[in-house]
Amino acid sequence: MRDMMALPETLTKPAAPLLRTDALGFTAAGRALIDGIDLCIAPGRTTVIMGANGAGKSLLLRLLHGLIPPSQGRVLWQGRPLDRKARAAQAMVFQRPVLLRRSVLANLRFALSVRGVRGAQRTVREAEALARANLTELAHAPARVLSGGEQQRLAVARALACTPDLLFLDEPTASLDPASTNAIETLIREARASGVTVVLVTHDLGQARRLGDDLVFLHAGRVAEAGPLADALAAPRTAPLRARLGGHLYLDTDHIPIA
Amino acid sequence: MIRRSLLCLSAALLLAAAPLGMARAETPFILVQSTTSTQNSGLFDHLLPLFTAATGIEVRVVALGTGQAINNAANGDGDVLFVHAKASEEEFVASGNGVERFDVMYNDFVILGPASDPAGVAGMTDAAAALKRIAEAEAPFASRGDDSGTHKAELALWDVAGVDVAAASGTWYRETGSGMGATLNTGTAMGAYVMTDRATWISFGNKADHVVAVQGDPVMFNQYGIILVNPARHSNVKAALSQQFIDWIVSREGQGAIASFTIDGQQLFFPNAAPAEMKIQG
Amino acid sequence: MDSFAGILGQAFGLILTLDPDLMEIIGLSLRVTLSAVAIACVIGLPLGAVVGTFRFPGRTVVTVLLNALMGLPPVVVGLIVYLMLSASGPLGVLGLLYTPTAMIIAQTILVTPIVAALTRQVIEDLHVEYAEQFDSLDVGPVARVGALLMDARYSLLTVALAGFGRAVAEVGAVLIVGGNINHVTRVMTTSIALETSRGNLQLALALGVVLLILALVVNAGVMAVRATAVRAAYA
Repeated sequence: MRDMMALPETLTKPAAPLLRTDALGFTAAGRALIDGIDLCIAPGRTTVIMGANGAGKSLLLRLLHGLIPPSQGRVLWQGRPLDRKARAAQAMVFQRPVLLRRSVLANLRFALSVRGVRGAQRTVREAEALARANLTELAHAPARVLSGGEQQRLAVARALACTPDLLFLDEPTASLDPASTNAIETLIREARASGVTVVLVTHDLGQARRLGDDLVFLHAGRVAEAGPLADALAAPRTAPLRARLGGHLYLDTDHIPIA
Repeated sequence: MIRRSLLCLSAALLLAAAPLGMARAETPFILVQSTTSTQNSGLFDHLLPLFTAATGIEVRVVALGTGQAINNAANGDGDVLFVHAKASEEEFVASGNGVERFDVMYNDFVILGPASDPAGVAGMTDAAAALKRIAEAEAPFASRGDDSGTHKAELALWDVAGVDVAAASGTWYRETGSGMGATLNTGTAMGAYVMTDRATWISFGNKADHVVAVQGDPVMFNQYGIILVNPARHSNVKAALSQQFIDWIVSREGQGAIASFTIDGQQLFFPNAAPAEMKIQG
Repeated sequence: MDSFAGILGQAFGLILTLDPDLMEIIGLSLRVTLSAVAIACVIGLPLGAVVGTFRFPGRTVVTVLLNALMGLPPVVVGLIVYLMLSASGPLGVLGLLYTPTAMIIAQTILVTPIVAALTRQVIEDLHVEYAEQFDSLDVGPVARVGALLMDARYSLLTVALAGFGRAVAEVGAVLIVGGNINHVTRVMTTSIALETSRGNLQLALALGVVLLILALVVNAGVMAVRATAVRAAYA
């Protein structure tokens, strides 16, 4: 049984969604981990994906980014199936930053070179990225020597240096202290201000409230609720979201029925 | 950056490696396939510089064992064959791999044994009889077992003595399948009798308490021969230079050089090139 | 035979007096082995990295083959190279037999599987860490292999050292293809074999000690490079 949630107007207002899924599903070892998901990511907004552990959030993100092929359904980027052009217009930041064993600057350089950015333009973009992330003084330090917060700032700056249209973030501040979390959120806000669409997976309700425009709440591999974040959090329509907001230490195995 | 310098390093090493093969190309040289026992005796260290001084030709020796020497020469991987296995050498010439065989020198074989002499053969001069006694006493005997000239001479003696050593292999008769030096190492360590050429034994550094037990039997006569590898069959053979070497070895000069090689005052090799072949170096 | 102290004494005596024959032999040993290791790395590092990074049909077969070839007996490799380079062999015209170049060829054949197989393992393990991020950044295959090799560079130094250890210690291959010719193709291991067959066991052992010291010096040098890297958190 698929949950057909009527998409609120705000989600369909911009003429075409940037990213859309069509009955998206993923099965592994006989279990449907993602089941019949239809959602639209509107351009220029921050969509927050929440849900319990095991609800399928990280998996959904990877399906949207094209890192994993779906078992059923499809993902459409600007109306077309995912291809290299789509990948080039997206970027992703993982919960733990994945950095090469070289300097901060070299990490940026690597990502830009892979995109074919060279010469003077690359130098400019590197300097911009360093400044944006407040890492200019650490440019020549080995990336792995940096603190967790600094490394994640570098990861976000690296993603943004490639000028993506859409930025995915998978619990980027889960293991960071408040100061570093604030730095990352600032970067996200700045990206949004310059027109980047953001899709953020987070456990942190406060962060969701601070950054999110739209909410997608997953439960057992399906969309339980979707809509403007403020509205959804003010008036949850389904039991899982209600339980979450009520401070319930929510485990997916609790099998709370959607009703 | 590091990758680039690693590549440069590799390129440099490759370039450094290349000239290694060509460094000595300026001096003319020939390649002699010989045996380990001849080399181990030190004869070449004494003999070859004299030839080089006389002719300016360098002589490179590959000494891996009689069987390998003959095989390599048959493949054309050498200019001259210089071993001590007359039957095999004559076959080498007969099969067209070699031009002609010349006698060069001889040394003799001896039978060594531990000082305790378990088979009681010390002082005997009849080799076959001594071997028979060793077999009857079932005293350990270390054989080369590698089809070398020495090994074949040894087997011929066991034949004469009427002993079937193949049947005894693994018991008192131990085949090492190795060169003379390795077999001596093994033999002295296990207190076994060993048949060896005198030259190797005199220059051998690990004698333990072994002594010469049996010697002087005319049958234990170890003849060395020299053969030019057939240039008609292998075009890479340096026939002219090699012929100079062969001529020199059988000449009065070369033969004299062989005779003058001694260790501890003992002469090891006895030149016996046929007088008709002894050309006087002019 | 003298005591262990006597052997050590002889070994150090040879080194300290810079015995010219010994220096020549050490020089040749190093040139042959280091050349072989360098060439083996040029071939084996990218080969191992490619097998470790990408899925392709037959990947398991290649992996098993590379691992098995690490156990190639040196004397067998020597025989095969001899047959190739012999005057009667297919490459006889090159005239490489009984030269240091032949020895380098034989040792390269011995070392390349070691470098490739170990590199494959190192890179495969590393790739797990980076695969998703590389996919996200859309890193192409060449850039991917290059980045992984670069990232693993200090682990790969140890791989190269494993290759060096194997080559500098082997005698079977270089004996057959080099011929142990005095002043031409005589290296440390063939000298040790020669002195052993002459019964000069003390000298052979002393040479063995010198060889060990040589290997120690090379390894210590490489480890020093590694230590500075670790301190700089590049490893």
